[in-house]
Amino acid sequence: MNTYIPRLVGTVTKYVFVESPEMTPSDLAIRAYEISQGVMIKETCFGLQVTGNEGDVNRIIEFLRSLDQTHIFVKDRGFPPGDPRRCRANLGGARPGYFGHEFEIGLIRFISSGLAALPNRAPGVVAKPPSPRATPRLDAARLKAIIESQES
Amino acid sequence: MANVFIYPTTSLILSDLVARFGHKPLSAALQVREIIQTPGIESPPLQITPEDPKKGLRWAAVEVPSGVRGRMAIYGPLLDRAEAAIIVNNAEYSFGCMGCARTNELLTFLIRKKGIPVLDLEYPTTEEEGVEFVAAIRQFLDSLGGGGS
Repeated sequence: MNTYIPRLVGTVTKYVFVESPEMTPSDLAIRAYEISQGVMIKETCFGLQVTGNEGDVNRIIEFLRSLDQTHIFVKDRGFPPGDPRRCRANLGGARPGYFGHEFEIGLIRFISSGLAALPNRAPGVVAKPPSPRATPRLDAARLKAIIESQES
Repeated sequence: MANVFIYPTTSLILSDLVARFGHKPLSAALQVREIIQTPGIESPPLQITPEDPKKGLRWAAVEVPSGVRGRMAIYGPLLDRAEAAIIVNNAEYSFGCMGCARTNELLTFLIRKKGIPVLDLEYPTTEEEGVEFVAAIRQFLDSLGGGGS
């Protein structure tokens, strides 16, 4: 068994997704580089990955969000960019986790609309979100009846 | 600022909205980060070692498959810290192997059993639903107090 020595200990990595009609990932990357001050910025097809100590990363994220509040989305990432255990350059095919991003990015325009509409919403109006589908489950009594019909 | 458990635990939308409205999203990435930044024995890709299914015994019984217990070693500590939870049901991308499916069931069960405030939702499929989805999350997070956006 080999000893595991982690790299970039104490850092955090965050994804920045941009789905905007007015801004591209490369625009965002240029703005991030301007204030990076040693923080690692990696441009991707969907936005950026920002790696560094938590305070610096949060400072950059806050600035980037202010550029387009309703079209920039951020989430944490466990692995640093380019980690051979996750990077598709080593694995081939899409990176694990990509499919989740692909699914949610397909819906993100609805979230952008929601964020844009929020300031105009009258206070006190109760939200009526899409609620979980009430899928009919097999009733216990019905299951019992099925079992008994098979036994007899 | 409340610690808000999100499910699916890798959700970009939930993670962003919780952080945007001034609370801390408890996503899988936080625990994965902690595990891969801890020195030990090399066990790629996620540094899950034979010790982890033992840790998972805190949340799952011994007869539960080790795959579920190993996954609970990642999600369990987050669950312990959770003060509220947002669950998006029937998320297609959380579909996985039987280990994932059983862990997901156990997770949602444990969240409800914990007795913390829970918001149950579905992903929006139209613009109107998106507006209500965001408003519902905002109202839920405001009701927890301590946020700010």
